[in-house]
Amino acid sequence: MRATVLVRPKGGILDPQGEAVERSLRQLGFPVGDARVGRVIDLEVAAPSAEEARAQVEQMCERLLANPLIESYEIELEEGNA
Amino acid sequence: MTARRPRIAVLVFPGSNDDHDAAWALSALGAEPELVWHAEPQLPRVEAVVLPGGFSYGDYLRAGAIARFAPAMAAVASFAEAGGPVLGICNGFQILCEAGLLPGVLRPNASLSFVCRDVPVIVERTDTPFTTRCQPGQTLVIPVKHGDGCYQAPPGLSDDQVVLRYGPQANPNGSEDDIAGVVNAAGNVLGLMPHPEHAVDTLLGSADGGLILASLVDAASESSYAHA
Repeated sequence: MRATVLVRPKGGILDPQGEAVERSLRQLGFPVGDARVGRVIDLEVAAPSAEEARAQVEQMCERLLANPLIESYEIELEEGNA
Repeated sequence: MTARRPRIAVLVFPGSNDDHDAAWALSALGAEPELVWHAEPQLPRVEAVVLPGGFSYGDYLRAGAIARFAPAMAAVASFAEAGGPVLGICNGFQILCEAGLLPGVLRPNASLSFVCRDVPVIVERTDTPFTTRCQPGQTLVIPVKHGDGCYQAPPGLSDDQVVLRYGPQANPNGSEDDIAGVVNAAGNVLGLMPHPEHAVDTLLGSADGGLILASLVDAASESSYAHA
């Protein structure tokens, strides 16, 4: 099963990368605001069911992939034929 | 006169680069340092532990996030739990935060630039094993060199846990409340971003870092605590 984990800086957390990206985009003429930079982690998960895969990936997020103090995460699962 | 030299473990992770400087400084200050590879499941018999600076695992994911799962870190956690003094410098501070041995987290500098310069650091507490040689309110000049030093405190961090603060207008990284070093609630685990091991000889600009490391050597000498 294919899992995609989106890790984002939590709201209210200063995100200097997001600010730098926003400034650059504005310099390029794009009228953007509130840019935030996160991270995407794609994984192949061996699990018998989607529920189990999700439970596993949640564990991964809590223990390693995200720091709950500053980051939130979102998990997307895709049934693969791999 | 053969005063016993206290033994202090200096952990070495893949990507540590201040391990030898830390060992050299501790040795110059009267300790017997012992380099300990991160894959060791146990610590040798030591009276204190230092987690040195560097870029363990290339700072992948988040600084310190991967190193915290090294086998030696479980031993460091037991050592700290039992009251042994543990000092984390720069990357060591980041690892201790990720491991939950210290509160908070270190994030990319607000400027997004790597900073490398001497900074004034104010000693807020002198009753920790890391600051007994300092005077209350004393300003130490110690270099920083990091890209991820912006300290984010957890909600409700006690002011008592702030041991070191950057001097006025000298915050190099955007850390909350100018925090440069924090101690755990029990008082035996300290993390700091400045590098005391790079400031132990006036020939190199400052010997102020020696006050912090010598305090640790004193604590280790007086400690009846030794990890078996």
